[in-house]
Amino acid sequence: MLDWIRGLGRGGFRFFETLGRANLFALKTLVGVPAVLVRPRLLVAQLYSVGVLSLPIIILSGVFVGMVLALQGYNTLVDFGAEESLGVVVALSIVRELGPVVTGLLFAGRAGSALTAEIGLMKATEQLAGMEMMAVDPIHRVIAPRFLAGFISMPLLAAIFSALGIYGGYFVGVGLLGVDEGAYWSQMQSKVDLYDDVYNGVIKSVVFGLVVTWIAVFEGYDTVPTSEGVSRSTTRTVVYSAFAVLGLDFVLTALMFGA
Amino acid sequence: MKQSKTTELMVGMLIAAGLAALFVLAMKVSNLSSYSAKSSYTVIARFENVGGLKVRSPVMAGGVLVGRVAGIDYDSDRYEAVVTMEMDQSYDRFPDDTVASIYTAGLLGEQYVALDPGGSEDFLVDGSEIEFTASALVLEKLVGKFLLNSAESGNQ
Repeated sequence: MLDWIRGLGRGGFRFFETLGRANLFALKTLVGVPAVLVRPRLLVAQLYSVGVLSLPIIILSGVFVGMVLALQGYNTLVDFGAEESLGVVVALSIVRELGPVVTGLLFAGRAGSALTAEIGLMKATEQLAGMEMMAVDPIHRVIAPRFLAGFISMPLLAAIFSALGIYGGYFVGVGLLGVDEGAYWSQMQSKVDLYDDVYNGVIKSVVFGLVVTWIAVFEGYDTVPTSEGVSRSTTRTVVYSAFAVLGLDFVLTALMFGA
Repeated sequence: MKQSKTTELMVGMLIAAGLAALFVLAMKVSNLSSYSAKSSYTVIARFENVGGLKVRSPVMAGGVLVGRVAGIDYDSDRYEAVVTMEMDQSYDRFPDDTVASIYTAGLLGEQYVALDPGGSEDFLVDGSEIEFTASALVLEKLVGKFLLNSAESGNQ
């Protein structure tokens, strides 16, 4: 019993220790960001591996999520003779929720895990220590470009996801199920608000991008430099990112649409 | 680190595609087009009851969108709701005895203000008030009246 309480205390200390390290690390990274802007080539390389290489999965999932939403929504709405509202259903669910959230989860799985594994291996093979020996700050050279690339890519990917999802819904709803094309777009335009819905969705994706990339680079930088440690850090990145995205989504939704 | 032209091209395309998607969301999906900064004039109308009318609800004349509700206030001196409407400047020839009524689009649709032009020679101008109004129908009141009527006819 006493051991259990002791373990609880140790766990608590470790948690707050890690949290503090993560925040200090975020601060150092933010300080390193202006240095990246001076050398945009580092940023472009990371934008390629973080953003462009995530594009296929985002495109495919966006189209299919939109198609499924249209199919499901149609089956429910047709009972009420309200299948003209399909555009509203698809657009609101994608722009408000599914776009940022699913993109965040996919981004954590596709790009976040890769970032953690890459940085973790750099640490395990002592490349980061080598940079410090050469008086190159690894946070400026390695971490900050990756962080900035994730922060920039995520909202772009989420926007692509949302737009393609709406066209996927259009393809199934209008093309296959025979919803009127004019009704699909006009109902959508009259019910989706630029500020309340589209901007809030973009804000969500910016927040998720920030958090997922932060978790990914921190877990990589903070890893235990063994092959097991890297594998654990990679797992933790995906798990913590999923928690953070879903938890923050609830908080942000409550703030934006709760009132 | 070797960086090919292809990498730069792909990154450029990603950013362009992302911005294009945001543009599509703003222009095609949301109601940005109705935020247009067309010149407008304001008229007000007093209703006993505005029902489910909301700010940005449409103002229609003959089924055509001619303006939007800009504000809804309550006048506690006259116990009436004051609806401010922003009318499109290109429709500035409504007679000043126009009737404003609140209707519902469809059975469960949103509510809107319908304008029925009268026969006066003078037109509504910026800041003028529509005097003839008809309130929104409140479903509960209708049901209440109906029940009362059927109860009375049952007594006879």
